[in-house]
Amino acid sequence: MGEMQELTTFWFVTIAAIKVVAVFTVLMVVVAYMTLAERRVSAFIQDRLGPNRVGPFGLLQPIADGIKNIIKEETMPGTAAKFYFVLGPALAIMPAVVTIAVIPFAAPLPTPVGTVDMVVADVPIGVLYILALSSLAVYGVVLSGWASNNKYAFLGGLRASAQMISYEVALGLSLIAVLLLVGNVTLTEAVWRQQQLGLWFVFPLSLAFIFFLISALAETNRLPFDMPEAESELITGYHTEYSAMKFSMFFIAEYAHVVTASALLATLFLGGWDIPFWTGDDIFRHESGWIRGFDEAGAPIPATPSVLITLLTLAAFSVKTGFFLLLYIWIRWTLPRFRYDQVMHLGWKVLLPSSLGYIMLIAGTMLVLDQLGIPFGILYGGVLTVVSGITTLAFLFFVDRDRVIAGAHRRRVARSPAADADALGLDC
Amino acid sequence: MSISVKVMKRPEAGRTSYMRATLRGMSLTLRHLVRPRSVTLEYPEEQPDLHPRWRGTHRMEVHADGRPKCVACGLCPTVCPANCIRLVGGEDDQGNRYPIVYEIDEFRCIFCGMCQEVCPVEAIHVGQHFENAEYTRDRFVYDLDRLMEQDHPVTDLWDPSDPRSE
Repeated sequence: MGEMQELTTFWFVTIAAIKVVAVFTVLMVVVAYMTLAERRVSAFIQDRLGPNRVGPFGLLQPIADGIKNIIKEETMPGTAAKFYFVLGPALAIMPAVVTIAVIPFAAPLPTPVGTVDMVVADVPIGVLYILALSSLAVYGVVLSGWASNNKYAFLGGLRASAQMISYEVALGLSLIAVLLLVGNVTLTEAVWRQQQLGLWFVFPLSLAFIFFLISALAETNRLPFDMPEAESELITGYHTEYSAMKFSMFFIAEYAHVVTASALLATLFLGGWDIPFWTGDDIFRHESGWIRGFDEAGAPIPATPSVLITLLTLAAFSVKTGFFLLLYIWIRWTLPRFRYDQVMHLGWKVLLPSSLGYIMLIAGTMLVLDQLGIPFGILYGGVLTVVSGITTLAFLFFVDRDRVIAGAHRRRVARSPAADADALGLDC
Repeated sequence: MSISVKVMKRPEAGRTSYMRATLRGMSLTLRHLVRPRSVTLEYPEEQPDLHPRWRGTHRMEVHADGRPKCVACGLCPTVCPANCIRLVGGEDDQGNRYPIVYEIDEFRCIFCGMCQEVCPVEAIHVGQHFENAEYTRDRFVYDLDRLMEQDHPVTDLWDPSDPRSE
């Protein structure tokens, strides 16, 4: 029990190909139904019905949209830079789709030819791969904005580059806290360490979770941060000039980003495919084979992969990802858009220094806990939870009530004649 | 008299809790999400309740023997503010006047209902019906036969003794 049966090269390649096709298909279907869910959920939030004409409950609407977009006319602006104009959507969609490859979506599946990891590519540099590719996404947006030869598209592209680069910093820094606790950059190990800790990282790293959630919203250009699109100011920003399937590809890219970000949030902060309050699903590839954990003496406890557990963990992962997908939609239809300077202010002056400080705090707490010889378990996580909780409350208290970010009324008060006179020391 | 301006009561600077406002907004949208108060009428399947005095597509009343009740008196084309009724009257050998041509252009009509009010023999009516879409523009000119074919309920006239139609 527990010993590993390695896949032969033939089966490894075959199964990898199957996984690629399966994950890509599922991703595309989820993306298609995200567009429907977005419209239906927004409709319910606004006491409307949403699209319910095509098929039962409108379930065939994404197919109708797809057909419409394929048979529509592709327009090409006469003054556009043609090569880059066509390259833009392709560059936008590519990073969004390939990022999902490193996210583990279930416990390992036993097959007659060996145990299969339920992740497309369990690369040892998981988190770095995600960071590298999500930074590439900005090229598609900037290129298409510039190549359109349209002022609004150009402004949208500029804003997108500024915003995505700014929040890349906060995103990376909030990830560092996670990496400190994981001790590695592979995502399978992130899931394993959360199972070992007995706590999902959302508790011991609550502030990092909030930072990551905000940065992920900004990275995916979703509504409180949809500066690049900004319908009311920039028409639709960088995809103003695009039509038919090229336009559709930007949408697929946006939703694929949302799905990836949700899966990543679920993996890093909600235990990935881990089923809560049950250690029976804990499994990890150790030197000696599949293990469930370590006993008191530090010897590994072997584990057996099972099909049932794979299915259950897949369901758990889907539920967690689905929760974040719904959260994305819910936030979009609740919160208004930030002003552009507020976005930059939040990214550089709030998130960047706070996440740096938070990393110091977490690293310090971990150092103290390690020095005290507390094992990596529920007590370790509990102490971090308390520390993080206090920090989170303090952060929210400090940021709130105009102390850091102020609404327009704050400026109005400052600009009143009486206040101006007061500031200048005039007597009026 | 000055124009009344509604001044929004806003909290002073430094007293607005953005976190609380955000959470309240999220809970509000969640309430609507889980219990949508749908006011949508799913039109082709569900029909709206038309008011008894709804003025829609015209209808010509007919006698039991199938003749139109119209006596071609010419009051409706005269009163019509949109000038959408074309009437050519004729007289049969008993001296009864009848319409030879009676056409209503539903595109020009403004559905004021004055033709119904002015009609001395209660022949032309506006009706409780609005689904008169067509594929070509000339189909919107209803001739006499088409007006007589209509079978929707006719509009109630305003009754001064019951001003609210109760």
